[in-house]
Amino acid sequence: MKLALGPLSYHWPRQRVLDFYAAMAAAPLDTVYLGEVICLRRTELSHEDWLALAAELAAAGKEVVLSTQALIESEGDLKRMRRVCGNGDYRVEVNDWNAVPLAAAAPGWVAGPHLNAYNPETLQLLHERGARRWVPPVESARETVAGALAKRPPELEAELFAHGRMPLAFSARCFSARRFNLQKENCEQRCGEFPEGIPLASRDGTAFLVMNGVQTQSARVYCLARDLASVRAAGVDGLRISPQARDTGRVIELLHRLCAGALGAGEAYEALVAASPAPLANGFWHGRAGMEALA
Amino acid sequence: MPAVELVCPAGGLPALREAVDAGADWVYAGLRDDTNARNFPALNFDDASLGAGIRYAHQRGRKVVLAINTYPQAHNWTRWTDAVDRAQWLGADAIIAADPGLLRYAHRKHPKLELHLSVQGSATSYEAINFFHEQFGIRRAVLPRVLSLAQLELVASRTPVEMEVFGFGGLCVMVEGRCSLSGYACGASPNMAGACSPAHAVRWTDTAQGLESRLNGVLIDRYSKRERAAYPTVCKGRYESMGETYHAFEEPTSLNTLELLPEFARIGVRAVKLEGRQRSPAYVAQVTRIWRAALDALESAPGRFKLQAQWRTELAAMSEGSQQTLGAFSRPWK
Repeated sequence: MKLALGPLSYHWPRQRVLDFYAAMAAAPLDTVYLGEVICLRRTELSHEDWLALAAELAAAGKEVVLSTQALIESEGDLKRMRRVCGNGDYRVEVNDWNAVPLAAAAPGWVAGPHLNAYNPETLQLLHERGARRWVPPVESARETVAGALAKRPPELEAELFAHGRMPLAFSARCFSARRFNLQKENCEQRCGEFPEGIPLASRDGTAFLVMNGVQTQSARVYCLARDLASVRAAGVDGLRISPQARDTGRVIELLHRLCAGALGAGEAYEALVAASPAPLANGFWHGRAGMEALA
Repeated sequence: MPAVELVCPAGGLPALREAVDAGADWVYAGLRDDTNARNFPALNFDDASLGAGIRYAHQRGRKVVLAINTYPQAHNWTRWTDAVDRAQWLGADAIIAADPGLLRYAHRKHPKLELHLSVQGSATSYEAINFFHEQFGIRRAVLPRVLSLAQLELVASRTPVEMEVFGFGGLCVMVEGRCSLSGYACGASPNMAGACSPAHAVRWTDTAQGLESRLNGVLIDRYSKRERAAYPTVCKGRYESMGETYHAFEEPTSLNTLELLPEFARIGVRAVKLEGRQRSPAYVAQVTRIWRAALDALESAPGRFKLQAQWRTELAAMSEGSQQTLGAFSRPWK
């Protein structure tokens, strides 16, 4: 089982991003996804900065993939998407159908979790266009993934979102700006003040969601550590870990040891509870409400 | 410039007839299962009622389009392909689909069947729309409700595909096809099950703090006696963030773009869609009649289009939450 670090979803200061990936260079990861996937207004790192990070991580032996933005609206979004697709050196993760026709320029591209590829026929289409890895939508149940992979096209890998706050929705509206009664065009990049997004609780005080700019995440942390056997049986080749503000390295280490058989599922799970910013959940994998935690 | 067509909702045969009688150019409908994005109990069509509805529309020179706009999976794939085959067999004028695999199936199996890309396909710009056009010959794309007028105009200038936009009714604040909030809270995924915050997961409870609405146990909102309660859709709830309780995503409002009709026509929008397959036949009749009158007025005298006060009043009375918005077309929050 391969381990991958998904793209950073939060807006961190430049130095924090650089320090984070410097640490990741030594982590037991096969693949690192890089790039800004949420919002064009997050400008702490330029395209060139991401390419420099890519070069460093590649030199450290990681497979580097550059991710495209998940929601494409403006000509500016399209322009950046084209630069990522045409980078010429690294594989590309496509997160929007606007990028699919351009992805042919990036051999072996990755069909990302926001593409809504749910079935073998869509996988076949993406494969014909050159995709060689599929990341199922985060809401996919075991049945969905196993069913799609039963007729898997040749050389198509499957990487499953397996740990982190779930990316649940995208909007044209920026909820971080809205929290401060700011307009999106003058957002003052307030999302940058919240390294794990802005928590939202229901009115009885229960943590429910997280606002991260135009993205809404789950409060609970997805974790498939106790489901490794069924994940393997479904035909999945890799697990994706989503960066969190603290202890990402610890999460990677625990999943690495779990996959290598050096740590039992129960033990790994308890340690992952301690290393995660909120209670864990795995309902989606079981075809249930995503916030549920099933043993 | 071709006339802007009016696309109206029907959750059953009576609503379809009302829509046709009130002046719909197209009526959109779904089958009684999870192949469409309004998979609600006691709603939608079987073969007999759909066939009757198509005949009713065709006799009056109107068209029917079948929404097969959710995402099939390997274990239920044939239910979706059967739906496509039935649309063709029953004589539907087009289908609305979102899933690329299903669009390809329809294009190969029924090359003459007109294909519309559903809003659930979340094609937000011309690169995606043109890709679906080249691959599957889609003739029309229903655009997500997140685009501004300027963005619509840009899309229109770069694609041969007809653009359909939402004009009136319920409003998703999240990009359609990109939202798992309902699935997270209660397991019903709009993409896979065609349902968002379904009624069976909703509970209303009177408490000392007020009337509480819950979705699968999650408190979505709480209302004082003076407040009007709204249906507990996750994105319409009130939540707490750093000491403030507010509508974190959107106030319960509904979309009304009647005043933008001249702009829509100018930038080449081909059709305006009214939301509301879950609404009553009387609602469909009334909203259709107003939009028909407005479109006729626009067509007969494009330069002198003026919003009539009566249209405005009647539409306002039918809006969810009594509040209306231009949605993303004007962006007060942007």
